[in-house]
Amino acid sequence: MKFELKGITKRFPGVVANDQVSLEVSTGEVLALIGENGAGKSTLMNVLYGIYRADEGEILIDGSPVSFSSPADAIAAGIGMVHQHFMLVPVMTVAENVVLGVEPTGRFGSLDISEARRMVREVSDKYHLELDPDAVIEDLPVGVRQRVEIVKVLLRDAKIVVFDEPTAVLTPSEILEFFEIVKTLVSAGRGVIFITHKLKEALTIADRINVLRRGKVAGAADPKHATEAEIAEMMVGRAVQLVVDKSVAKPGESVLRVANLSVVEPDGRTVVDSVSFEVRAGEIVGVAGVQGNGQTELVEAIAGLRRAASGSVTLDGKEITSYSPRERHSAGMAHIPEDRQRQGLVVDQSIVENLVLTRYHDDEFSSGFLMKWDAAEAKAKELVAAYDIRTNDPTQSASTLSGGNQQKVIVARELSRDIRLAVASQPTRGIDVGSIEYIHAQMVKERDAGTAVLVVSTELDEVMSLSDRVLVMYRGKIVADLDPKTVSHMDVGLYMAGSRPDEARAS
Amino acid sequence: MNDTLKSLRFTLLAVVAALFVSAFIIVITDLEALGDGNFGQAFRTLGTAYWGLFKGSFGSLRAISNTITGATPLLLAGLAVSSAFKAGLFNIGATGQMLAGAMGGLWVGFTFQLPAIVHVPLALIASAAAGATFGAIPGVLKARTGAHEVITTIMLNSIASFTVLWLLKTELFKREGRDDAISKFVEESAKLPKLFGFMGKRIDLLAHYGFLVALLATFVFWWLLRKTTLGFEMQATGFNQEAARYAGMRTKSLVVISMAIAGAFAGLAGGSEVLGLYGYASATVAGDIGFDAIAVALLGRSTPIGTLVAALLFGALQAGGRQMQVDTDVPIDLIIVLRALIVMFIAAPLLVKAIFRIKGEAHAFGQTFRGWGG
Repeated sequence: MKFELKGITKRFPGVVANDQVSLEVSTGEVLALIGENGAGKSTLMNVLYGIYRADEGEILIDGSPVSFSSPADAIAAGIGMVHQHFMLVPVMTVAENVVLGVEPTGRFGSLDISEARRMVREVSDKYHLELDPDAVIEDLPVGVRQRVEIVKVLLRDAKIVVFDEPTAVLTPSEILEFFEIVKTLVSAGRGVIFITHKLKEALTIADRINVLRRGKVAGAADPKHATEAEIAEMMVGRAVQLVVDKSVAKPGESVLRVANLSVVEPDGRTVVDSVSFEVRAGEIVGVAGVQGNGQTELVEAIAGLRRAASGSVTLDGKEITSYSPRERHSAGMAHIPEDRQRQGLVVDQSIVENLVLTRYHDDEFSSGFLMKWDAAEAKAKELVAAYDIRTNDPTQSASTLSGGNQQKVIVARELSRDIRLAVASQPTRGIDVGSIEYIHAQMVKERDAGTAVLVVSTELDEVMSLSDRVLVMYRGKIVADLDPKTVSHMDVGLYMAGSRPDEARAS
Repeated sequence: MNDTLKSLRFTLLAVVAALFVSAFIIVITDLEALGDGNFGQAFRTLGTAYWGLFKGSFGSLRAISNTITGATPLLLAGLAVSSAFKAGLFNIGATGQMLAGAMGGLWVGFTFQLPAIVHVPLALIASAAAGATFGAIPGVLKARTGAHEVITTIMLNSIASFTVLWLLKTELFKREGRDDAISKFVEESAKLPKLFGFMGKRIDLLAHYGFLVALLATFVFWWLLRKTTLGFEMQATGFNQEAARYAGMRTKSLVVISMAIAGAFAGLAGGSEVLGLYGYASATVAGDIGFDAIAVALLGRSTPIGTLVAALLFGALQAGGRQMQVDTDVPIDLIIVLRALIVMFIAAPLLVKAIFRIKGEAHAFGQTFRGWGG
């Protein structure tokens, strides 16, 4: 069976999201669809899945045109989609979630739960997807939830399974398990479309690679021969620096000292468990870990957005544990928060306003009660130029910027003043390769100027290439302090999953 | 086209659409004419009605004075809703805050014997202070306990109404020789002068200096938003409370301050009614103004100038509606329908888009309701 997208064009007001895109995938193969955020991958898949209707072009199944006006049509035609954000009901069981929408019913239309269990078991046995049909979703780890989504799709008899950034939420070992699942699917005669921006993974698992750039097909690559650099260049449109260019760190005195810091949630869970470490001037310390292991809470406790249950935070020898965010700011701490739209920016306000969001109370931008908007605008012009923020008019709202440029606004605001410590959480999440390069370079520059830099990221590659020292966080604890130059990705991955490399090898 | 123009166009179109639907209602409710198959007559009624609407609102000095008189409390109370909206708060409590302001102004108005130059400002300040204090209560409740301001302000409206009803019967406020809930008169020196007083003593020109107070308040609102750190903080909090907190703003205090500012505007609305229009207070001094103010703020998209224009429009509709009722048999209740239609069209941008076949996004439009997010 062969699915084809032919000459698909989809326009939104002001943008052409897909411009004459053609691709095909057959059952029994894995097609990786690579592109940066905003390249049009998701739009294309939404066209294939019947969520959007293409303005031009057609969808062909085994050569005959079909038209989908809703996901139901696409499912009926044999297309299944596993979304990046799972579409599961957390309080319901695996079996209940899997049959949602195609419930087996007994007499009087009541749900036949034992039949549902049987259906789940049948599919999970066939594809070696281990699942307990009676487990409640909210109790399951992310990797298992993904398996539930896959079973859901298979139960609806999908011939082609689309995975949208499936590895973003997985640990390195879960990723390997996921690849095994993909191989099983393919050998069982299904086709897979694997959407990602991680080149390594595409090269590992795909039979063919298609690259999208700015809504167009930028080219195809054969994973047996292509290199990461070649594909990256295709993706961005120019040669890309994949490795962070930096000299050996010359760490100085201790700037940030975190001692026995614990954070407890209102429901009593300890999310940061007696964490201690220090960051010295002129070094970048990276915190690796799978999402949800306490990194967010750790950063918020350091930045003053969350109260520490116990322990202390010291900046330049001064204890700041009870300081407000603003007092920490004045003490020389810069904070690039995890979620730029939710925390880092007020996207409905102008770029000017956002560039002074954490600094408007400085004498430079206000005198007492009155804002000095002229000074703010002048500063904004300066920063827009200095930090390569792509905009014609800084008085426009920040929502008009691309993700990468929004992140540059935050980086410019936080790093452009005299600071002692920069805390960056997920500094490059979901932004284009060009902006990633730029932001990494800025952080190295900051380090070389003698600032202490703490970077938290769930992208292992980022932590490994940017940091001078890597801490691994697992279930609220720091479980390893490693040198990225000597430790392997695989070993860090094991620490991230809660085991120790020596134990893992012994067993 | 930029967002401001776009939203202005939508607002105008919403008004036009509402006028059309109201015209339809006027025609089909002219049963006598329609029953006789006399469509010409029905349309003549429509013409007379809308002409009356215009004549009664802008057709003479008296009409203009009536428009201004109606617009004054709507503008001040409208600012109370708009300013809260800007901080991400949905203030349904303008009625209660108006009542608090009315009582504050009233008390200063009849208690002291002062020269007018001191007495009037003092009474207005008392109104604003009383409104601010009362407005701050839901702010404190929200900051301390997370209680949603929509619920608390509605409840406080009832509390205010009944408290005023009781206060008006106490010895302190009660008018000599009256048993119903009606207050003493304020001193002559506390009364806001008539706006057209320079034209001699004309009792039919009711517009008073409260309108100037309202214009000044509009300017203060603009200045606050555009020029001050507080206004910047309020708006950042209103758009994105998480980001405001991250930026080191004290979002909880800001909730209280924003509600107090809103309350001060509404308090002035109550004060200006007592000191400018009535000269005393009764239990109905706030009327429906606190609720109409929500419509005013929505129509004005919570901007200073928009609130001003919307208040004038609503004031004009109110003044013109009376004339319309006199000139035709169309009841003044139609004005309520018309206003409701305007708000409905404002709240349903997609409907306006469909009617006028506008292409593109209506997104610039739905944001007025952000206040619910809290």
